[in-house]
Amino acid sequence: MIGHLTPLDDWVVVLPVLLCLLGAAALLMLRAQLKLQVWIANAVVLLVVICDAVLIQRVTATGPLSMTMGKWLPPFGISFTADLMGAGFAAAAAFATFCVLLSMQGEKHEAAARDGLYPLVLLLLAGVSGAFLTGDLFNLYVWFEVMLIASFGLFVLAGRPLQFDGAVKYGIPNFIATTLFLLALGLLYGTIGTLNMADIIGAARRADVGPLVAIAGLFALAFGMKAALFPVNAWLPASYHTPPAPLSALMGGMLTKVGVYAFVRLLVMLLPDARDVLAPAITIVAIATMLLGPLSALTETNLRRAIGFLLIGGVGVAISCVSQVQVSVLEGGTFYVVHAILTLTALYLVAGLIEQATGTFDIREMGGLYAANSWLSLLFLILILAIAGVPPFLGFWPKLVLLQGFLAEGSWPLVFALLLNGLLTLLVGARLWSLIFWRPRSAPLGRPQGAGGAILLTGTIVMLGLWPSLLVNLASGAAAGLLDPQRYIAAVGLSP
Amino acid sequence: MEALQVALVGVFIAVGVYLILSRALIRMLLGVVVLGNGVNLLILVAGRLTRAVPPIIPRAASAPEGYYANPLPQALILTAIVIGFALFAFFAVLALRTYQAMDADNTDHMRLGEPEQPPRLPLEY
Repeated sequence: MIGHLTPLDDWVVVLPVLLCLLGAAALLMLRAQLKLQVWIANAVVLLVVICDAVLIQRVTATGPLSMTMGKWLPPFGISFTADLMGAGFAAAAAFATFCVLLSMQGEKHEAAARDGLYPLVLLLLAGVSGAFLTGDLFNLYVWFEVMLIASFGLFVLAGRPLQFDGAVKYGIPNFIATTLFLLALGLLYGTIGTLNMADIIGAARRADVGPLVAIAGLFALAFGMKAALFPVNAWLPASYHTPPAPLSALMGGMLTKVGVYAFVRLLVMLLPDARDVLAPAITIVAIATMLLGPLSALTETNLRRAIGFLLIGGVGVAISCVSQVQVSVLEGGTFYVVHAILTLTALYLVAGLIEQATGTFDIREMGGLYAANSWLSLLFLILILAIAGVPPFLGFWPKLVLLQGFLAEGSWPLVFALLLNGLLTLLVGARLWSLIFWRPRSAPLGRPQGAGGAILLTGTIVMLGLWPSLLVNLASGAAAGLLDPQRYIAAVGLSP
Repeated sequence: MEALQVALVGVFIAVGVYLILSRALIRMLLGVVVLGNGVNLLILVAGRLTRAVPPIIPRAASAPEGYYANPLPQALILTAIVIGFALFAFFAVLALRTYQAMDADNTDHMRLGEPEQPPRLPLEY
């Protein structure tokens, strides 16, 4: 048993989750006070952002931070362990949530607030933060389920038939994916006898690699379904455009990235020997995902469905880092995930503004926005350039780092796929932009409400793109931590 | 005994997969539940089946004495059962509401989000 308490400073590891859960509970109790709910939800998410920032600062200064629950020694008690990758992703997710909350102010969302919009958003953030910060594989499963049930609630919130359709297409595959995750987890426990991530690293090195490859394959399938990788991603374009746009933004920005995070964490850090065996398959899946996503977006007429396909292309890029174990490649991958969380959220938010202004989902019926709303066209243009990876914008830097890594390894298929992904994404973006903004229009245009969140997020993306050294340094620290987990294991209190 | 239970897990998962491959929403749901129960049994086997005493620590000691049953799989399964039950309850309501809203239990007829004949984009601007 552990004799001493965790120092109060180290509680910052669990604070993001704790604040969200307590906030959600408070909001449930205050469900009649709609005005108050907005303020509490915003304040809690802002606090979570601050906690995540403090966490990043602590982790950069002193290495990974860990806290084990309930007076049980680490391999038995459930650990929360924050390393640079987890803390960075958690901060990006919390900031994106904050911007989404900002854009949900106003009369329009009052009905949703009565149905429990704000507690569900906080629970979703609790699930996402928990998944990024936990150091225990079974606990990761629990956070996946917290995230899942909160996202189901958000999916069906307004209760339109279209949303039920989306919820079915989203729900069943994701439910199956978490069951597969549980299956793989049970097999891993039966094989090496531990579920603490820091303990798994050592136990997996000592174990026979044969069964671990099969288990890692199952994990890859489960997380691949979550992350929307190529053969198992049909659910994403069928569902992500069905809820109201800010909720699409919330889920499009965060949920698939949790899948990517778990994929990277498990294959690169926990089961590296099995990853070496699976690497060729992962390369093929990553290439197929990053090319088929934007190709499908080219022919799409529903704006948010097109963005969903771009999202899938981005997931392919992020996963491609698992196919090469090399600091530079992993650095690019982790950087890309942060970029994707921020940019995809912003893109869905701006899509929501465009839909509000034109009153339609259909790209063919949009048009003429440039004259009436030139700032909206500017936001959309910046985000399209950022996601395609055009130089001064955020998406360029992770792709550059990834490309350097692939070139150094001489993996030409990945180099060409990455460049082609950029070109196709740019084509899609240019096509969308000219169809939406640069065509004549006779019908009157509405005025979009709640642009604050989108503007704040896009501003942050521009700033981070102009000053990339901050994120590059964080990503290189995260990549180094993934490849050499000694400090992670020591932080939990185990000997490697 | 372990071999027998592993075979049982296999049967559960086969039945679950068969049901999930169906187009009827209710059958898919039942399939997911059967699959989940198969996985729960698998975790129990993964923790090794033994004939031993319950893992209860005597008042004076800090660890149980002698052979004791592995408590961890039971904790994991209990959590998984609770979560699975909550999700199943949600899905049962969702299936009902979907049926009411779209008059369809067959997923082939749920095409609101993805129309069967997708419209084409204009070729000129």
